[in-house]
Parts: sequence; C-alpha cells; structure tokens
Amino acid sequence: MIHDFGIVWSERALLLSGLANTAILSVISAVAALLLGFILTPALMAKHRAVLWVARGLVDGMRCVPFLLFAYIVYYGFPSFGVRLDNWTSGLAALTIYNAAYMAEILRGAWTAQPREPIEAGIAFGFSNIVLFRRIVLPPLLLAAGPVIGNQMIQIIKDSAFLTIIALPELTHAASSIQSRHYVPFAAFITAVFLYWGLCLVIEAGVSSIDRLAAARR
Amino acid sequence: MTANDVLAILQGAIVTVTLSVIGILIGLPIGLGLALLRWANVPVAAKIVALYVSILRATPLVTLLLLLFFALPNIGVPINPVSAAILALVMNTSAFNCEVWRAALVNFPKDQYEAAQSVGMSAGLRFRRIVLPQIVRVSLPGLVNEMSLLIKVTPVLAVVGVVDITRAAVRIGAETYEPLPPFLVAIALYAPIVFVLVSLQRWIERRQTLTEAAA
Repeated sequence: MIHDFGIVWSERALLLSGLANTAILSVISAVAALLLGFILTPALMAKHRAVLWVARGLVDGMRCVPFLLFAYIVYYGFPSFGVRLDNWTSGLAALTIYNAAYMAEILRGAWTAQPREPIEAGIAFGFSNIVLFRRIVLPPLLLAAGPVIGNQMIQIIKDSAFLTIIALPELTHAASSIQSRHYVPFAAFITAVFLYWGLCLVIEAGVSSIDRLAAARR
Repeated sequence: MTANDVLAILQGAIVTVTLSVIGILIGLPIGLGLALLRWANVPVAAKIVALYVSILRATPLVTLLLLLFFALPNIGVPINPVSAAILALVMNTSAFNCEVWRAALVNFPKDQYEAAQSVGMSAGLRFRRIVLPQIVRVSLPGLVNEMSLLIKVTPVLAVVGVVDITRAAVRIGAETYEPLPPFLVAIALYAPIVFVLVSLQRWIERRQTLTEAAA
C-alpha cells in the first residue's frame, strides 16, 4: 500500500497539473458565470412579460438538466450545428453557461432580500445609475450572497470532474491515467479525493472570511 | 434514430430511476443515523461522521465512483458496476442528507424534548413520537432538493458501464454518427423528473409558510 502511494508520488507532476487545471477551470468559469449571472438577474426581475418568461424558462430549464448531459451536448452535439469546439473550450463553455443559470437565481434571491432604503437614499443623494449600483447595491449584495456563491463554487469544482469524459486533463482524469498506467486505483483516486477536499476547504475558509467581513459591517 | 433506439433509451431510464430510488431510500435513513450520531455527540463517532461528511461533500461523484469500482476489487472485494453505482450514490447522498437532518435536529426546540422527558417517555418513544414527526416536516424541502441533485448526477454512473439513459444515448450516438438526437431524448427524459421534484420542493415550502402564517 505504501508502495502504491510511492508510485502516485512519483507521478506527482501529472497530478499537480490536473489539480491546477481543475482550479483554473473552476475559477474562470465561476467568474464568467457570476458575470453572466449579473446580466441575467435583471431579466429575471423584468417587468416586461416576454423578457421575464424567456429568462425564467432559460434558468429553470438549465437547472433541470444534468450537467454531464449538457457537457455532452456542447462537445458532441454542437458540431451538428457546425460549431466544433476543442475539449477545453467546450468544457469551459459548458461549465460557465450551466452555472450562470444558478448564479442568476442566487443573485436574484439576494437582490430581492436587500432593503430598499439605502437604494432610495442613494437616489435621493443624486447617485447616477452606475455609481448607485457599484457603491450602494453591489457591496451588500455580494456580502449577502457570499456563502451561497461559495457553495456554488464547490459545485463547480465537482462539476468540473465530469469533464473527464471529454478527455479534459483535470484532476480526476489525471488520477484515472495514473491508475490505468500503474494499476494503483486506491492510492490514485484517494489522493484525488483529498485534493478535492483541500480545494473545498480553501473555498470554505474564503466564505467564512467574507462572513466575518459582513458581520463587521453590520 | 429509430423507434428501437428511443426504446433503448427508455429502458435506460428505468435503470436510472430504479438506481436513484434505491439510492434515495437507503441514503435517507443512513443520513438520519449519521445526523443522530453527531446530534447526540457520541464520543469518537461524532468526529468521524463530521470528517466523513466534510470529505464526501467535497468529492465529485465520478471520482468516488471510480475509486469504489477500481479500488474495491483491488483489496479483494469483488464489485459489479450496479453495486458500485448504488454504493457511490448512497455514500454521496447520505452525507448531504446528514446535514439536512442535522440542521433540523439542532433547531429542534429543547423544551418539547424536556417536557417529554418529564412525563416519563423513554428515549426511543421520545424520538419516535416527538422529535421525528417534526424534523421530517422541517427537513422535507432540503431532502427533496437533495433528491433532485442526486438524479442530476446519475448520468455519471454510465462511466463504469451501467446501462442507464446516458450510456444508451452515447451508444446510439456512436452507432448513428448523430449524437444530438439521442442526447435530446435523454434530456427530455431527465428534465421532467427533475422538474417534478423541484416543483414539489417549492410546493412544500409554500404550503409550510402558509400554515406558519395561519398559526
């Protein structure tokens, strides 16, 4: 058993590049999904019926589809429309679009729970729309939504493991190739599990520091 | 894509639904048991459960499934794809269920428990008559939410060779060189199942806020 872990250690470069790829994938798609979510959120609260229904349908529809099937469609299905993406681009696109729906819903929830008074006070002080959003709406919104966004980031990390099926060289894929090369399944996959756990603990630490910041502001 | 292909995906749907239901039915009581271990603060066990939940919640189902499927035979436990799939689902969902149950237990009003104690109810009876009915109601939305999450990760089971919706769709796509239609059929099967669970969760939540408002 110790010998098996020795083999995994000798392949640490592969495993670490997998870990780095998982981290890169997760961070890029989380940021992109959050930005897309910000664009979608006003549509979810639109007064215009048609806009509201389209946005609702998009978000609710996405939340009913398993991520793995969505990734399959982006990678194997899009070429039918003449859109051929490599595994990195389709993996990133799938993760981003899929999670944007969740982010939009999270932001909508946090937005509607925000008190009206500071915004009205901001308007009364003559803040312009952009400054109002940036200085009055955004900071408490992000602080309030922080923990849920953190949860969603953990979800994104876990979703990124599914991308091993389209041969994206992330952490699970690295563990798989070590196991198939040396036949050390337990050592390879348990190491991957602990690395995933480490990533999630980092995010949880980040969330609790945001929480402390939010508590200090209150 | 022929009618036979659609039929093959439908057969895969039966496998998907069966495995999900088995995973949910076994995962619910195990999650409750784990939550009780932590709630009662059983010496070593509570710590182990906390660690188990923390690790399992961070582990992607694919990684867990590959670990079980390849490593168990390696240490002399023969396992077939279906049992590996069920074991992975149960381990995954019980960790999440444990947190839902535990939240309900932690928020359970202590005075009711003490009142039951003072009228001489035994520990088992207290749990069955006083605690359980109320925490089931509080946990229900969270548990249904976890069920919909579980169903959304089941396509992963195809990775170790379980012939579910996804594997059937992948096979047909490879045979016909037209991957899009079978995947769309697969999504058309998945989406309503998840949608029903999500709507159920919303309905329960709305009904509970209504009864709370009335009380």
